[in-house]
Amino acid sequence: MKQSTSPFVLKCRVNGVSMERELPSSRSLLEFIREDLGLKGTKEGCGEGECGACLVLLDGRAVNSCLMMAVQVHGKELVTIEGIKGRDGGLHPLQKTFMAEGAVQCGFCTPGLIVASEALLRRRPKATLEEIKLGLTGNLCRCTGYEKVLSAVGKARKIKK
Amino acid sequence: MDAKDLNVVNKPVIKMDALGLACGEPAFTDDVEFKGLLCGKILWSPHAHARIKKIDVSAALKVPGVKAVLTCKDLPRVPHTTAGQGYPEPSPYDTYTLDNKVRFVGDRVAAVAAETPEAAHEALLKIKVDYEVLPAVFDTFEAMKDGAPVIHDEEDSKNIPDAKHNIAARFDFEVKNGEWFKEADHVFEHSWKIPYLQHCAIEPHVTIAHFDNSGRLVLRTSTQVPFHVRRIVAQALKIPVKKIRVVKPRIGGGFGSKQEVLEDIVAALALKTKRPVKLEYTRKETFVSSRTRHPATCRLKAGVKKDGTITDAEMEITLNTGAYGSHALTVMMCSGSHTIPMYRVKNNIRFIGRSVYTNMPVAGAYRGYGATQGFFAWECLMDMMAAKIGMDPVEFRKMNYIKLGEGSPVFKAMGEGREGVEQVITSTGLFEAIRKGTEEIKWAEKRAKYAAQSGPIRRGVGAACMMQGSGIPEVDMASATMKMNEDGSFNLLVGAADLGTGSDTILAQIAAEVLGIKTDDIIVTSSDTDITPFDVGAYASSTTFISGGAVKKTAEKVREMILEVGAKILDQKKEELRLEGGKVVAKDGASCSLSEVANTSLYYYNQHQITASASHFAHTSPPPFQANFAEVEVDMETGVVKILDYVSCVDCGTAINPQLAEGQNDGAVLNGISHTLSEEMEFSTNGTPLNASFRRYKIFSAADTPPLRTFLIPTWEPAGPFGAKSVSEIGINGPLPAVANAIYNACGIRLFDAPFTPDKVLAALKKRG
Repeated sequence: MKQSTSPFVLKCRVNGVSMERELPSSRSLLEFIREDLGLKGTKEGCGEGECGACLVLLDGRAVNSCLMMAVQVHGKELVTIEGIKGRDGGLHPLQKTFMAEGAVQCGFCTPGLIVASEALLRRRPKATLEEIKLGLTGNLCRCTGYEKVLSAVGKARKIKK
Repeated sequence: MDAKDLNVVNKPVIKMDALGLACGEPAFTDDVEFKGLLCGKILWSPHAHARIKKIDVSAALKVPGVKAVLTCKDLPRVPHTTAGQGYPEPSPYDTYTLDNKVRFVGDRVAAVAAETPEAAHEALLKIKVDYEVLPAVFDTFEAMKDGAPVIHDEEDSKNIPDAKHNIAARFDFEVKNGEWFKEADHVFEHSWKIPYLQHCAIEPHVTIAHFDNSGRLVLRTSTQVPFHVRRIVAQALKIPVKKIRVVKPRIGGGFGSKQEVLEDIVAALALKTKRPVKLEYTRKETFVSSRTRHPATCRLKAGVKKDGTITDAEMEITLNTGAYGSHALTVMMCSGSHTIPMYRVKNNIRFIGRSVYTNMPVAGAYRGYGATQGFFAWECLMDMMAAKIGMDPVEFRKMNYIKLGEGSPVFKAMGEGREGVEQVITSTGLFEAIRKGTEEIKWAEKRAKYAAQSGPIRRGVGAACMMQGSGIPEVDMASATMKMNEDGSFNLLVGAADLGTGSDTILAQIAAEVLGIKTDDIIVTSSDTDITPFDVGAYASSTTFISGGAVKKTAEKVREMILEVGAKILDQKKEELRLEGGKVVAKDGASCSLSEVANTSLYYYNQHQITASASHFAHTSPPPFQANFAEVEVDMETGVVKILDYVSCVDCGTAINPQLAEGQNDGAVLNGISHTLSEEMEFSTNGTPLNASFRRYKIFSAADTPPLRTFLIPTWEPAGPFGAKSVSEIGINGPLPAVANAIYNACGIRLFDAPFTPDKVLAALKKRG
């Protein structure tokens, strides 16, 4: 369990800003985001890639940051919930619909759900309900029963169009 | 008053914390940085039952970065319960912060605080423990036998009714009006089983213990019960209550697991190191070493006449409380007190309850709280009785369920851990819930259509009805404080613990309704033992009913104070004024703004802060009611059960916020569905957990979720704030029986053992032939 002592100079873009950071090569991406960057919106729910609370966008695709090493984002574009914004820089349509539809209960899984939904809608802007359900299989939520989450994503899809 | 007269209550106001949460604002326990924060970790027992003969921590202390290693020798030995209940807690005092004995695989052995997680982990590996392994017992019925291993053989535990037979709690009750089963045309007797189930809040248990600038201990913690945490940690560590402050930030779900006070150990680490310490459970630790639902065997024997009269009922429930008796008595009593009153029983009623220690993980509070276990048996038996006498199961329920104005001897006899209160039903929408549900699921049409099916895929519909409570009568108490600001806004300080349910929002709606303002003008703070007034916490479906009652009273006091100042400003009689649209309005149309009122009181005339506090407790616990309907498809070849449609009709009185109420119910129902088809904690023969991860313990994802259709059935509960009753727990009780009954309708098999996995379905089909 000794941490590697060999430092790595990580260069990447985080939420649209280029950055360079020296860190141990053993750093997980989630630790990098939460501890080094201080971006606390990304959550750890299980640490084994099952719950999706730690999802972030890496070059536009949703990945479990708890399963990746920080060095793997070298040269890439990372977007966390803090970087999810609408075109005008205000709230993203998903954030608006999650609020309006009552899709936020405890909110611990919400950043991951919004990241997963954003990745899905970027890929498939007209996703069907079944496709939305499949797109969110990597996210566990124990509060909502998913009903209001699904309607929030459905409504955001219409706003995007 | 009627729901249609309401302006803010009964409206889908957007949850006040939704914006921050949707943007990933740092709102949760672990989202803040503390300088010099140490990492706490716990060494867990690898044995189901063992005495610790010796612990050598010298090598662990030498690991660079390790600041403290605690064993039972370092801490006061105080028997207590981890159940976060009102004082004196009705759970046995059988738990020690650290003990010289371990009672399940995953019990606490020692605790470490270190500069880094790596150092803490290394220290755990270097603690040398010499165990004397003891015989263990895993089955409740084995555990009660003479000669079984005695799990609590220590002398200083308190309130264990029969430690020698591992009985953590017992309660028996009987109403006798004649010879048992004499009038019955048919007598039924079956047993239903529920396994180990875990809450699976996505935020694990996490606490940061630190110190304020006068050296007081501050526990920033994911809890449902801040005030009970303060009291129980003070008790366990022998420090004064005044030396502890408990802060509840946003909580990532609880469902009962965070009604458990596990903060003592991280508090001890902080006190030892004089440094801030964080203890966060891993997912595996959350499964094994936080709390679970009580596994249950519920035997139900009942008699019925051909005309549909239920003559007698005997319910015997045996709960597995695991190694400690947290909530052992109260969950067991609620399994009867929330279920038996549901239907009129003409002659005799008997309840036999036991909660039994085993060398298994510790059970505790879990949404549904015994009613889940009880209704599985009751609602399946109702279906069986109806089938036997040839009545439609819905009509049979309609004939027998408790009606408006009716009571039950059970209400008085069985409270939570003590005698209950007498009460009659003062609001019920069950008739309408059943009507709406049968219409939505197309009950009559589908029962007829599915009566004669063949082929490998069969469909069926099933029903279940249930009730719960609204707080614990004459036990739960809540209080609130409001104060007015210059701009006519208000601070609302509540001890009620919003754990993601939206209680901050609905409490603000109640206050706003009284004061004729919008919720935007109310700033809610919940819950901080230094700042907010007392509240027992978020459990027993109490917040809307009890805390809501406190907020309503508080706001009414504030209203009077505002009107007094308004009367002076407007030079009118107070009695002729009302609050409306953020103004004090007179009959003649004259008005002044709340801001004028606030400024007048603060700066100009008879200066005083407009502020009030009030407390609330209740003499009754008005039950919410539900009718649930499931449509299923059973694959006769694979045994796979699929839910096609699930309709849940909810009488929660006035829904203070219909959108949030629906969300509460959707979540409860899906949790119940997940229990029904998938969830079960598995153990090896020596008590080692085998599937303590989301990979192996399957909870439903969006893709697994059937259409969930929640319908609110409005009623008006006279005892509740603006007619409200509770909504949070009841929905979890429906899916097990509704789906079991639907499976019977589909293919004629009865399932008694949750979850209904394909192997069990196939075995039942084979047995039926």
